[in-house]
Amino acid sequence: MSELLLPPEHRYAKRIKEQLNEDGSELSILNLGPTHPATHGIFQNILLMDGERILEAEPTIGYIHRAFEKIAENRPFYQITPLTDRMNYCSSPINNMGWWMTLEKLLDIEVPKRAQYLRVIVMELARITDHIICNSILGVDTGAYTGFLYVFQFREKVYEIYEEICGARLTTNMGRIGGFERDWSPKAFELLNTFLEEFPAAWKEFENLFERNRIFIDRTVNVGPISAEQAMAYGFTGPNLRAAGVDYDVRVSQPYSSYEDFDFIIPVGKSGDTYDRFCVRNAEVWESLSIIRQALAKMPEGNDFHADVPDYYLPPKEDVYTSMESLIYHFKIVMGEVPVPVAEVYHPVEGGNGELGFYLVTDGSRTPYRLHFRRPCFIYYQAYPEMIKGALLSDAIVILSSLNVIAGELDA
Amino acid sequence: MSDSNINMVAPPEGVVGEGFFATKLNDVVGMARANSLWPLPFATSCCGIEFMATMASHYDLARFGSERVSFSPRQADMLMVMGTISKKMAPILRQVYEQMSEPRWVIAVGACASSGGIFDTYSVLQGIDKVIPVDVYVPGCPPRPEQIVDGVMKLQELVRTESVRRRSSPEYQELLASYNIK
Amino acid sequence: MALETIQIQEKLVESFDSVVFEFKQERDLFSFEVAADKITAVILFLKNDPTLRFHFLTDLCGIHYPDNDEEHQFAVVYHLHNWYENKRIKIKTYIKGENPEIKSISNIFLCSNWMERETYDFYGINFIGHPQLKRILNMDEMISFPMRKEFPMEDSGRTDKDDRFFGRTTDNY
Repeated sequence: MSELLLPPEHRYAKRIKEQLNEDGSELSILNLGPTHPATHGIFQNILLMDGERILEAEPTIGYIHRAFEKIAENRPFYQITPLTDRMNYCSSPINNMGWWMTLEKLLDIEVPKRAQYLRVIVMELARITDHIICNSILGVDTGAYTGFLYVFQFREKVYEIYEEICGARLTTNMGRIGGFERDWSPKAFELLNTFLEEFPAAWKEFENLFERNRIFIDRTVNVGPISAEQAMAYGFTGPNLRAAGVDYDVRVSQPYSSYEDFDFIIPVGKSGDTYDRFCVRNAEVWESLSIIRQALAKMPEGNDFHADVPDYYLPPKEDVYTSMESLIYHFKIVMGEVPVPVAEVYHPVEGGNGELGFYLVTDGSRTPYRLHFRRPCFIYYQAYPEMIKGALLSDAIVILSSLNVIAGELDA
Repeated sequence: MSDSNINMVAPPEGVVGEGFFATKLNDVVGMARANSLWPLPFATSCCGIEFMATMASHYDLARFGSERVSFSPRQADMLMVMGTISKKMAPILRQVYEQMSEPRWVIAVGACASSGGIFDTYSVLQGIDKVIPVDVYVPGCPPRPEQIVDGVMKLQELVRTESVRRRSSPEYQELLASYNIK
Repeated sequence: MALETIQIQEKLVESFDSVVFEFKQERDLFSFEVAADKITAVILFLKNDPTLRFHFLTDLCGIHYPDNDEEHQFAVVYHLHNWYENKRIKIKTYIKGENPEIKSISNIFLCSNWMERETYDFYGINFIGHPQLKRILNMDEMISFPMRKEFPMEDSGRTDKDDRFFGRTTDNY
């Protein structure tokens, strides 16, 4: 334990020496994390406490720093999707699609409408699973295990859809430059329809369990509020910012993948407290469901699932064996020798937690020269010490889970 | 009992007679331990989400006597390391392991915990067996819940057949010494 | 009226003259370069000017260009966003290779605090005036800066990889 204790010159240690309360009680230090059972993920906060109240917090991050950006500089473009998967692993498809769209912006590729709609569907499914995790875990932290067990079944249903689309459950590694690797099977649409039928009732019930629940309201209302100005100064985006009352959503401000074709509202909160964050996420799930329904209804005829870009899109395997041209393309793509312009692009998508940006610098070689991920969690987690100042210890846990900080995204 | 569908663990081999049952202490202890493993989830990243799925209603790890997730290392038998362990994290993992009381078992869930996985970088520990001894490795990135359950069952098999004297044997002491533990 | 890129350019040139240069439209992003010593002034101007109003710092990161000349070894890139007009800009500024340093913008944008720490951690760029410039993702004991191009990606301590099987030594015939 000794190496984790604070050195005597640390400012907390000094403050404890100086400050003595009127009743003679001392301040204390609590080391919360990095493997504290109540925090989901690896976050360390050294708290200076006066009894149950938190006076100050000092976060340490980087406990699962995996050097994504360094790896990205050493991998051909199509091998970077697995990295994006592992960033925000609660909603991998959004990250995958965001990365492909960045490349498509770089290469000026127009994706067919149908593929764009399919992408919208899978991204909204990912958003639903992300919000399911966040909100049900928030329930667990306030003492309600039921909701978690109940709605987690529906994550399994979504995983089955993912499996039908790409073969994987969690880290999906889905898609190609210009579209999907294969068309969605009828089974995938069937599963999707069943999900759309069954899930709303369950989600309604989940909402009912919490939204008017006295205990839940007492634990979350006015806990960890953040004003709109402060949230913007701290670089908040996504549901956490919208809970503070700012209707900024990348899907609307910079529509990608045909989001402009769909009709949906941006739910906003008022006080930016934990309860508002919970409600905004709940409402977003309903909007996502509505977007999926619209996309299914408006789905263009035909079976386009990728753009016609032989330079970047792998040819079907049977062609590789029979046609010389396909073999050459296949070889070049697999070896990573595809023509890439020298350019810089930035592409934002609305991830589960906010604006997920990809800043890509290329130098014409087979790997990115520099790839920087704008990770929403990393940026807004800075505000956490500010938000828990003056809160109770048990509130700090609730605030952390309502922010939905994903360790993989935080530490890159 | 006959009309319910509760599964009972079969008794170990032994001699049954009227009013007595004789068997080896080893087998009884092994059976008891194997069916009440308290897991300590050390979940850092993606595999942790799959562990949540394993614990939740669909896969239900409770069927194997492991529903009581012990977040305190001192009361846990089975350390499940899920996700990437970076070099910054390694001393903490080791500390958690040292705090567990004997007998203790370790499952490395997923490619990252087993070998570093796709993250062959300067900041990632290339497999947790560099710092603590591991009993069962579960492959996959991330492994499916079925695989995690399979890993737990493999560990149960190990626990069931483990000699009660193993933990005080010189071989075991040597193993710990090679990791510089105590 | 929407904010036009030409408007941004004129305003900047009017106030800063030759400190801002290389204006160009890169796909959907308007970008320009700023001389390193004036970066805080330019960003403060962009934030506070009543017509420009770039009030949101989207991103901040570093880039290493080992092949450039000595004065352009590192770049710091700022992405600003005006939500009122929905306009994004990218500002790039080059700094020298030896003891790279630049003024911190952490008192202009609160959120740049950790982003600057991350850039310091990765590249060793010293942000002057930063309240707590220390490593954030890597271990405090680390001495090198891992995102510099010369730093190897792979873990050097690995013993299970035999370089001969990867064709990485010259005498592996």
